Amino acid sequence: MAERSEEVKLLGMWASPFSRRVEIALTLKGVPYEFSEQDITNKSPLLLQSNPVHKMIPVLLHNGKPISESLVILEYIDDTWKNNPILPQDPYDRAIARFWARFVDEQVYVTAMKVVGKVGVERDAAVEATRDLLKLMEKELVGKDFLGGESLGFVDIVATLVAFWLMRTEEVVGVKVVPVEMFPEIHRWVKNLLDVDVIKKCIPPEDEHLDYIRARMESLKLKSV
Amino acid sequence: MEEETGNKVILHGTFMSPYSKRVELALKLKSIPYLFVQEDLHNKSQTLLQYNPVHKKVPVLVHKGKPISESLFIIEYIHETWRNGPQLLPQDPYKRSKVRFWASYIQLHLFDVVMKVVKTEGEEQEKAITEVKEKLSIVEKEGLKEIFSDTDGEPTVTNESMSLVDIVMCTLLSPYKAHEEVLGMKIVDPETLPGVYCWLNAINETDVVKDLTPPYEQVLEILRTFRQMSLSRS
Repeated sequence: MAERSEEVKLLGMWASPFSRRVEIALTLKGVPYEFSEQDITNKSPLLLQSNPVHKMIPVLLHNGKPISESLVILEYIDDTWKNNPILPQDPYDRAIARFWARFVDEQVYVTAMKVVGKVGVERDAAVEATRDLLKLMEKELVGKDFLGGESLGFVDIVATLVAFWLMRTEEVVGVKVVPVEMFPEIHRWVKNLLDVDVIKKCIPPEDEHLDYIRARMESLKLKSV
Repeated sequence: MEEETGNKVILHGTFMSPYSKRVELALKLKSIPYLFVQEDLHNKSQTLLQYNPVHKKVPVLVHKGKPISESLFIIEYIHETWRNGPQLLPQDPYKRSKVRFWASYIQLHLFDVVMKVVKTEGEEQEKAITEVKEKLSIVEKEGLKEIFSDTDGEPTVTNESMSLVDIVMCTLLSPYKAHEEVLGMKIVDPETLPGVYCWLNAINETDVVKDLTPPYEQVLEILRTFRQMSLSRS
């Protein structure tokens, strides 16, 4: 396979959707990698050196060379390891996939964060806004098993943020942001995701994850008091 | 040569939009003939709303009847579809990742705040200027060496080598001289930002940018009017 020794290291964090999506991509392509769990409250010299601009995870180090920003990393992985492509082949389909990935990260994520971060009327507004955005995703899933079509693709990997972070947060926050009556296609899609081995392997274990989310919310509440 | 109807390229944009301009730069670099449809942002055409139902924004590129939105993705589409001519993204995956990273950085962290400098005054403007200078320093310190790794961080831009990140930088601060004249302050000081200054000048020297830039007096006028309108609205 590789002609020389390929060193792939991921500076990540077990509960981060941005870190996990990189793990999904590497695992899908069968790329062996070393995972280095980072303490984001006490950033390592390696992290600071590898991502001096944002000082954030995930950072992929390929033969020592760092790549930051999860969407940039995903494209790098697809450009470098050509088997099991993540992005579609056709340029138009690729443009559409990039559009939806950006939509999830810049619109859905930002709005959904307010559901966690706010209370009362502001939270209600955030829930409404998130639902409005998710309705667009719901439409995209009609007649499809995955956002990528017949099989898991770029947008699905990015949108695991919705399936396993936003939807898990519901339990902790006590608000059904994505009720099955309103979003049957999304719920069906989550089930499809859970049938994929790579996804099962790469998402944070549910119980620990819920505990983590609960603990984070508590600390957020303490901070806002 | 491309056939007439099947491969028709239409760009829905506006004269003033830097995002539209990015796509025009890319199309011109690749010598792709296109039809420009000027949209009235206060009265958007049905076609535009149909082509970009999610954001309802320009630019939208229509190729073979199919619409593509988001200027950065349109440029990647152009790069992938028309393989001849200047490469808008590097072939090497690592270099390509750097171009994508910095294009995205400039878009996310500089565009809005530069706009704020133009649209506001007093304390709000001062805050924005500080932020612009901070972010440009990051580009100076960390970006140039990654974008121009082939030339040890020395910005070199030609019609043939122009990439996605040059295009984004162009539409951010190519008219920096006009900005300085209208605002009465230096945004890109060659003393503190020598690399960025050099980069912008290199960009502005290329034929494609010269062709798409209106005469200086007109740029001044547009900028002055835009600033006045924004200030009077607030």
